[in-house]
Amino acid sequence: MSAALLLAIAGLVGVGVYLVTARSLSRIVLGFSMLGHAAVLSLLGAGGRAAQPPLADRVDDTAANPLPQALSLTAIVISFGLTLFLLALARRQNELTGDDLVEDDLEDRRIADDETGTDDGDAEARPAPSETDAGDRLDDGVPVGRGVTTQEPAAS
Amino acid sequence: MSNVVALLIVVPIIAAAGGLLARSRALLSDAITLGSLAASAIGSIWLLAEVRANGSVVVRIGGWDPELGIVLVADLFASLILMVALATILVVEIFAIAQRRTVWGADPEVAGPILLVLSSGVSLAFLTGDLFTLFVAFEMILVCSYVLLTHQGHRGQINAGMTYVVMNLMASTLFLLGVAFVYAATGTVNMALLAERIPELDSGTRLGIGLWFLVVFGTKAAAFPLFSWLPDSYPTAPTTITAVFAGLLTKIGVYAIVRFNTLTGMEELGPVILVVAGATMLIGVSGALAQDDIKRILSFHTVSQIGYMLMGVGLFTVAGVAGTVIFLVHQIPVKTVLFLVGGLIEDAEDTSALDEIGGLARRRPIIALLFALPALSLAGLPPFSGFVAKLALVDAGVAASSIPIVVVSLLASILTLLSMTKIWLNVFWGDEPEPTPDSPDGPPAQDAYAGAGRRRYVMEATTGIAVAGTLAVALFAGPLWDMSDRAADDLVNPDRYISEVLS
Repeated sequence: MSAALLLAIAGLVGVGVYLVTARSLSRIVLGFSMLGHAAVLSLLGAGGRAAQPPLADRVDDTAANPLPQALSLTAIVISFGLTLFLLALARRQNELTGDDLVEDDLEDRRIADDETGTDDGDAEARPAPSETDAGDRLDDGVPVGRGVTTQEPAAS
Repeated sequence: MSNVVALLIVVPIIAAAGGLLARSRALLSDAITLGSLAASAIGSIWLLAEVRANGSVVVRIGGWDPELGIVLVADLFASLILMVALATILVVEIFAIAQRRTVWGADPEVAGPILLVLSSGVSLAFLTGDLFTLFVAFEMILVCSYVLLTHQGHRGQINAGMTYVVMNLMASTLFLLGVAFVYAATGTVNMALLAERIPELDSGTRLGIGLWFLVVFGTKAAAFPLFSWLPDSYPTAPTTITAVFAGLLTKIGVYAIVRFNTLTGMEELGPVILVVAGATMLIGVSGALAQDDIKRILSFHTVSQIGYMLMGVGLFTVAGVAGTVIFLVHQIPVKTVLFLVGGLIEDAEDTSALDEIGGLARRRPIIALLFALPALSLAGLPPFSGFVAKLALVDAGVAASSIPIVVVSLLASILTLLSMTKIWLNVFWGDEPEPTPDSPDGPPAQDAYAGAGRRRYVMEATTGIAVAGTLAVALFAGPLWDMSDRAADDLVNPDRYISEVLS
């Protein structure tokens, strides 16, 4: 593996991890695509130099090992699909709250409530059911009711 | 006939496409889904019988050598767990069909086909003989779980889904990097070849690879300290979905840990796994004690029980691994049933918060019975399946003279019983709480749906069958133990696996 490839992988992982730890889902999406590229480059690097194909009857000087490339292709397709899914998730969060931030989880909110002394743990202790506003959907699937800010996304 | 192994993976995907095409006709779509799941379950039973009688079934896809192509390997361990898993998915789908036209159910046109893809992924994960295909199988399962978790698009689901997706995507990325490391070190991703080549690496590289994959599979299995995504995300999904997740997804992580660590002989990771196992048991169960919602309590127990399965792997003896195998066989149906009962309670009371329910044993005695049996089994009381499984693990722990982990596991069992008692006291005994005025955005009462009574019977009957299944694990503990022991023997001494795949 060449030093340039190694540096590229290190850089991609560094930037990727930094972005993934962000709160905004759009940054996380970018972070994961960086990490995905790093993984694919590592697969290619793992294949070794050219002219070492594992095919017994085909030794020539120009062919590279095809197996890591097949693995890379599969990995690229998967990460492409997952990027789309994350973007859809970000858009839905944007519809619901007006931003795409990952919110505090239930236990974090409870601890924060305990510290500030507000006692609405009961109201928050119920997970989905109280928020299962299945009736709040219009026929065309546009959500209405609570959680939606006045800024409706233009696409809906 | 060895084609059955491949059909278990291919047929559900084709059926899923059919189910999606037919989604405007509910009956046809249901029939396709149920038919395919039933066929898979029957196929897996046949496969288990075949493997038990004649040894592993090995299929080389496209006839390629193991060095180049994909190999499917159905050994005793894989086919035993696969049979339990597919039977569980079938039961849940019947429950889901009965429940889903109520507000608590999953959206019918999505859940059925996605569940089929999930079952295909589950089959692939158990049957695959190479590391990269295991990665693909994990991705299939996870993508399905992302969709099932968030497909209704409620706010709680999206919030929990974001944490869940990000955590699992991170683990998947690490998995892919790990595959690259393994390929760089050994020049193969085939597990049988890895079993030959990884023990020959120098110890630093070996340990690095072992720890790396322990982190990857530990995240999937929700082991301490990588479990935090689970208790937040599981309770937000519709109950049937949670039942599948809790019964199967984390167990596939455990399966991968067992498979990878035994095949590559990572014996020196044993103590690390034991510490992780003990911490997972205790922290999971104490998390459960602090909760006041049925689904959240059960989710924390899912974490806690993972510790027991890891305990057997950590001991790294035949008896220990056999304990893990039989614990998996016990845990998959029990955990699923408990969530299904949670669904029944939610359906009857329109809530799963403990302080809003009471005295259910008088009004719905069947639900009380359906809860009590698997709950006692989860805590590990005789004569239920949990007792058999925990006895096997404790016995193995004593035999390996790892007394601390035995003490921790017994302590966690007592706390599990305490937590189950808490649900029982709050939900089934006690007085019915004051009826609160209907909140405007709460779901409408169940009886508003036509045919509510008949659906209720189907749901209770399905849960009853599943409870009977968990009792059967205890009843057939003898033959199951023999099979687990044989499977564990093949796992701890992988020479047979290697020669079966490579010859």
